[in-house]
Amino acid sequence: MSTHETHSHADDHGSMKTYVTGFLLSVLLTVIPFGLVMSGGLPNRDLTIALVLAAAAIQIVVHMIYFLHMRSSSEEGWTMITLLFTIVILVIMLSGSVWVMYHMNTNMMPMTGDM
Amino acid sequence: MTLPVQDPSNSFLFGRLSLESIPYHEPILLATFAVVALVGIVVFGALTYFRLWGYLWKEWFTSVDHKKIGIMYMVLGVIMLLRGFADAIMMRLQQAMAFGGSEGYLPAHHYDQVFTAHGVIMIFFVAMPMVTGLMNYVVPLQIGARDVSFPFLNNFSFWMTVGGAIVVMMSLFIGEFSKAGWLAMPPLSGIGASPDVGVDYYIWGLQIAGVGTTLSGINLLVTIIKMRAPGMHMMRMPIFTWTALCTNVLIVASFPVLTAVLVLLSLDRYMGTHFFTNGMGGNPMMYVNFIWIWGHPEVYILILPCFGIYSEVTSTFSGKKLFGYTSMVYATICITILSYLVWLHHFFTMGSGASVNSFFGITTMIISIPTGAKLFNWLFTMYRGRIRFELPMMWTIAFMLTFTVGGMTGVLLAVPPADFVLHNSLFLIAHFHNVIIGGVLFGLFAGMNYWFPKAFGFTLNEFWGKISFWFWVIGYWFAFTPLYILGLMGVTRRMRVFDDPSLQIWFVIAAFGAGLIAIGIGAFLIQIAVSIRDKEKNRDVTGDPWNGRTLEWATSSPPPDYNFAFTPLVRDLDAWHDMKTHGYKRPQSNFAPIHMPRNTGTGVIIAALSVVCGFGLIWYIWWLVALSFGAILAVAIGHTFITDRDFHIPARTVTDTEAARSKLLARGT
Repeated sequence: MSTHETHSHADDHGSMKTYVTGFLLSVLLTVIPFGLVMSGGLPNRDLTIALVLAAAAIQIVVHMIYFLHMRSSSEEGWTMITLLFTIVILVIMLSGSVWVMYHMNTNMMPMTGDM
Repeated sequence: MTLPVQDPSNSFLFGRLSLESIPYHEPILLATFAVVALVGIVVFGALTYFRLWGYLWKEWFTSVDHKKIGIMYMVLGVIMLLRGFADAIMMRLQQAMAFGGSEGYLPAHHYDQVFTAHGVIMIFFVAMPMVTGLMNYVVPLQIGARDVSFPFLNNFSFWMTVGGAIVVMMSLFIGEFSKAGWLAMPPLSGIGASPDVGVDYYIWGLQIAGVGTTLSGINLLVTIIKMRAPGMHMMRMPIFTWTALCTNVLIVASFPVLTAVLVLLSLDRYMGTHFFTNGMGGNPMMYVNFIWIWGHPEVYILILPCFGIYSEVTSTFSGKKLFGYTSMVYATICITILSYLVWLHHFFTMGSGASVNSFFGITTMIISIPTGAKLFNWLFTMYRGRIRFELPMMWTIAFMLTFTVGGMTGVLLAVPPADFVLHNSLFLIAHFHNVIIGGVLFGLFAGMNYWFPKAFGFTLNEFWGKISFWFWVIGYWFAFTPLYILGLMGVTRRMRVFDDPSLQIWFVIAAFGAGLIAIGIGAFLIQIAVSIRDKEKNRDVTGDPWNGRTLEWATSSPPPDYNFAFTPLVRDLDAWHDMKTHGYKRPQSNFAPIHMPRNTGTGVIIAALSVVCGFGLIWYIWWLVALSFGAILAVAIGHTFITDRDFHIPARTVTDTEAARSKLLARGT
């Protein structure tokens, strides 16, 4: 039911300019890792991996800002709070589970390898 | 291993369902069935005789009005409370009898189903629907909204919860229920140890109800964030709405974990995967870890709204603004986050080692700090207040006394070395009943007594309410104090027979306590019946019988379909109190037509099809699964083509309704 007025800032739903910017940034961040790998990579293998991962991580942020419109101002800040809360909960759940299961595995699992 | 799914004796038409699945050789179940069938026939006959089916379908089942859905949630909760309590009293009788070589009256496989069903029903189908029901009814009124954000979704969520309850109830008479405890821990709930349909009833009952819970969580969350009346910024929100907000955040963030972990368990049971098996790289401890990541926030999902109820009640019946509103809000938010950091305290004894156990022990102790802060806030609200000892206030004070003890035993259990002694003992059982009955249930009773006049237009009978109150409270202490003592003596939970005759007296006392609670429940039902009989005498014409402080008391009792003729303007915390002190005048004219959503039967139909689909999955009737699932999709897609979804209440009708209220108000003063 729509008894309330929806606030429609043009900003919330993006404009041609933001979509194009997002698209170009995404293309750039995709070309860099592909180029690195297809050209055989840098002499330092670890550096290549780090660069590929960094490009992926940055691209996630680009998508969130330009395509999912997650910036601190949108929806009166709710989008950002939701995102932060989700990240906090995910980090707690995943790192907690890994920590707990690592301990269980060390202390409680049968030591013979053949299960 | 071959799975039961691959059993060649499963028929195409009926899967593994056969006449043998009907437990006609068990006298207890047969008698239960006879009673249920009799009551069912009487109710069905009465509804048909008085031609109420059409009324129920048009005015209630298909309604998208948050008020009616809230009331239906409460009815579901009360009905399921009777079932869950029947299980409880059966356990208490069994344990009081089974001494000195006596086997009691319940065979092992039946007893195990009873304690499993008791836990599942009380949490998922009593506490959850009632908490959701109160939030559904009260939150839109408190924030000055006309409904929730997604009214159809609300109706659908309710019926999915009913669907889950029906699946669980079906297991009484067709097949059997899970014997693996309320959280169905593998390997016991795995296909090897539980090849029968019990765990499948559990899984699909919870999955169907879980859809409803998650969607209703999203719905209320959006409602609170998006639909507050102008002027009601976050720190002017009534405290019950605040706790509802945090609870729904918890629901949205934690129920997917339950869904996922049950999906993995079903894959183990249906497809032969090895997520939680003992062999082939599986790990049952992973299940325990995940289920408690959901399970611990779940207990806060139940208790937070009740904290909100106590806050509203304390402030209203002390005639004062709530002491420490801001600290109450921050305490609630702290609990919301912290409730994700304590889950391991449910399995200290599984063997994580010192560092993990001490971390979770300390976080558990920390979470008692915001909870303690809340208690002080309530006490300071009462301090120098003009306290009226009406029923809601009595439940609140009983809560403060009872819950504090439960909180202290909780901190005791949070000490890992102590937990190694007390884990799995009756001490634990006493502890969580102490906080769930003393916290959640007392809160629900406080809330029901408090908001009943708002929902139905007349107050609840005080005499029977007091009888119910005293029998509940005293009954609780008689039923669970012995369990604390037994637990300290080392008696473990879920035992069916006992050897040591010196223990029997404690179980007899506990059974006596359960008997008192039974009288309390009976008195509650009588209270409702008597109140309906005397409703003309107890009619609330003002809409504000308790001299309330929040916006729900600004409307008539019961509120009109549209809640508020004009959206109220909020200028202060305790908006209605502020309006009253500043001489608020109800608008009498210039009403505009009000845009409303139309009722729809789609929710009922999809939920019914989901029950059929669940039944097929439980009994391996694959054609039925395919058919009903296809039908669900067809109905859902069909629903999107219905364009006639809304209507306007004409300004004329609004004017008449409001004029009728003016007349009532004039009569009242």
